[in-house]
Amino acid sequence: MEGKTGSNQPGMKIEIKNITKRFGAFTALDNVSLDFPSGDLVALLGPSGCGKTTLLRIIAGMETPDSGEVLFDGEDATRRNVRERHVGLVFQHYALFRHMSVFENVAFGLRVRPREDRPSKEEIRERVHGLLKLVQLDGLAARYPTQLSGGQRQRVALARALAVQPKLLLLDEPFGALDAKVRKELRRWLRLLHDEIHITSIFVTHDQEEALEVADRVAVLNTGKLEQVGTPDDVYQRPANAFVYNFLGSGVRLAGCIKGGRLRVGSLTLDGAEASHREDQETVVYVRPHDFQVERSYDGATGIGAFVARVLPVGPVVRLELFRYDTAEFIEVELTRERFDELGLQPADIVRLKPKSARVFTEDYSI
Amino acid sequence: MTARQQLPEAGTELRTATAKLETGQSGSECLVKVGGDWRLSEPVPSWTGVLGEKTATSMRVVPEGLGKWDTTLVLFLVHGQAWCAKSKKDFHVEALPKNLQALLRQVAGISEPKPMAKTDVKSTWGLAGDMAKMWASHAMEMVSFIGECTLGFMDAAKKPRQFRWMDCLFEMQQCWATSLPIVSVVSFLVGVILAFQAAIQLRQFGAAIFVADLVGLAVVREMGPMMAAVIVAGGTGAGFAAQLGNMKVGEEIDALETLGVSAVDFLALPRLLAVTLMMPVLAAYANVLGVLGGMFVSATMLDIPAAAYWIETQASVGVLDVTTGLIKSLFFGLAVGLAGCLRGMKCERSAAGVGAATSSAVVTGVMLIILADALFGTIFNVLRI
Repeated sequence: MEGKTGSNQPGMKIEIKNITKRFGAFTALDNVSLDFPSGDLVALLGPSGCGKTTLLRIIAGMETPDSGEVLFDGEDATRRNVRERHVGLVFQHYALFRHMSVFENVAFGLRVRPREDRPSKEEIRERVHGLLKLVQLDGLAARYPTQLSGGQRQRVALARALAVQPKLLLLDEPFGALDAKVRKELRRWLRLLHDEIHITSIFVTHDQEEALEVADRVAVLNTGKLEQVGTPDDVYQRPANAFVYNFLGSGVRLAGCIKGGRLRVGSLTLDGAEASHREDQETVVYVRPHDFQVERSYDGATGIGAFVARVLPVGPVVRLELFRYDTAEFIEVELTRERFDELGLQPADIVRLKPKSARVFTEDYSI
Repeated sequence: MTARQQLPEAGTELRTATAKLETGQSGSECLVKVGGDWRLSEPVPSWTGVLGEKTATSMRVVPEGLGKWDTTLVLFLVHGQAWCAKSKKDFHVEALPKNLQALLRQVAGISEPKPMAKTDVKSTWGLAGDMAKMWASHAMEMVSFIGECTLGFMDAAKKPRQFRWMDCLFEMQQCWATSLPIVSVVSFLVGVILAFQAAIQLRQFGAAIFVADLVGLAVVREMGPMMAAVIVAGGTGAGFAAQLGNMKVGEEIDALETLGVSAVDFLALPRLLAVTLMMPVLAAYANVLGVLGGMFVSATMLDIPAAAYWIETQASVGVLDVTTGLIKSLFFGLAVGLAGCLRGMKCERSAAGVGAATSSAVVTGVMLIILADALFGTIFNVLRI
């Protein structure tokens, strides 16, 4: 965007070292270390209360960690004031200045600068209009925040954050307050915007789909601890532990065991065992709901026997709630419409399940 | 004894085989045999005395004629398992039914729930202690806030052009406009009340004219500035807390800070200055209205002509009396502004937080006013002004 919207700004490299933060008896962050490479869009993903927003606020300088360091481009910024950090922050509930128009909101960060480094009025106007064009709100400069929709407000907030040409953009659940459709649209748009301006961005979310779709890298947090960091593909395809597996898409738990280096579930033998797994050990096997092959039960069919408890058509897929025969475990399976129509299943029907792929985690902390 | 409480009739299958627990030792292993039906509704054996004299290094639980069972058995086994874990002994349950083992595994990871912490109910002394702690922390916050504001004002003195003069003027206007009607009514009535109280006593001695002295001095030295300050604390002070609290909840204050703007400089200082400058003006106005109230009572009830009342007031109330009152009101204004801005900026991030901040601002404001007044009373007394 003509170099006026921060497009030529090199992104800042952020390092988090051994950050711990407690609120009274509650540990929000427990010795978290994390790198944010320059120019990347990183998602901090985790369930609510996992410490992701606290981490963001520590990076922004609105909270001070009990111990640990925050490095901006290799420089210690742990004790640096919010005002001196030059970060752009986008809030979940927009936090626009209510008594200012869209234009004034975006221009605010520039207008309040001391005279010495304040751009001229012309320059400010040009830059604000450039930004409003970038966020596709060029015609609405004179409106007030209350006259805008949620999605538009959030885009104004983003323009306001970008106006001061920050070297780091922080987004705190930016789409959390929007409805599903607008959220999806903005998600795509944010990705395109980031591809255009390449500013180091950190983005907090509890929505795994959002994180996987938008981010270059995903950091999964749980109860104040970092569980895994990697590309969206990495964390989804090669989850480090059961928590990550379950959080990035639902997983079905099956009781199984390891025999002869193979994974056994009921009468089935599956791949997925690793050398690190102990022989003859009872274990929990994880399968994605859509990774089941479902057959009607007939003599000689192999697989895990289960009966259908409920049939839930959800849009393009049909969800089956099943109970396993031998252990009475609850199993959720997703079928395509075609497959479901082929089988013509009803509640109380008996089926055989064959997992197409399965995972076992050596250390299973989760219940 | 009603019929209902009698034993069930023959044929209803309610009686079950009682739960059995047998222990033995084979080598270094303690063998625990569980049998019968383990039901929640029936008495079941416990671990007490199971090990006795035995010196086992491990424990193995095996079923022997195990009938129906429910969570009672699971719980029983969990306790055994926990005991074994604590005393570093192996615990074997492989011989038990698979589903029982599965349940046991699931329960094993869960620690016993802690007893619910007693909340809510606190003794009066406990509550008083909490309040004292809260006030102490509020006092600390106030001290640091005063420090921040002082630094801000010093910066502003160096660069007066950076100061938000327009905001300050706007707040002065707001303060004036919202307070004026109430200050008028209250001050006039305070004059009236004082005059009535004085008249009852003074008339007995035929000294009704001294009502003017009493009302004049009381209003100018104390009641005028104080009533104006209390009204401003309830209106403007609470308004500051609500505005800033709302901005805090809406994360607007955080947004300001990330844009490189100090919230104290930008929001608190103009408001502080506005209310500090406005307060003496309102106090002077309150003084005039108070004297008028006294004059009204005297003229209508005590048959003292307004002119005589005015001359008596002039004779008794000196310039020093007026100035001390106005100087005090300057500090009252500062106190109201500090309480309002501080409570607003420390507002909790919730809808209830704004309400709490507002009422806390009024309470803190009024308390600071009284404190300042007592302080000034002492100082003026020592100085004999």
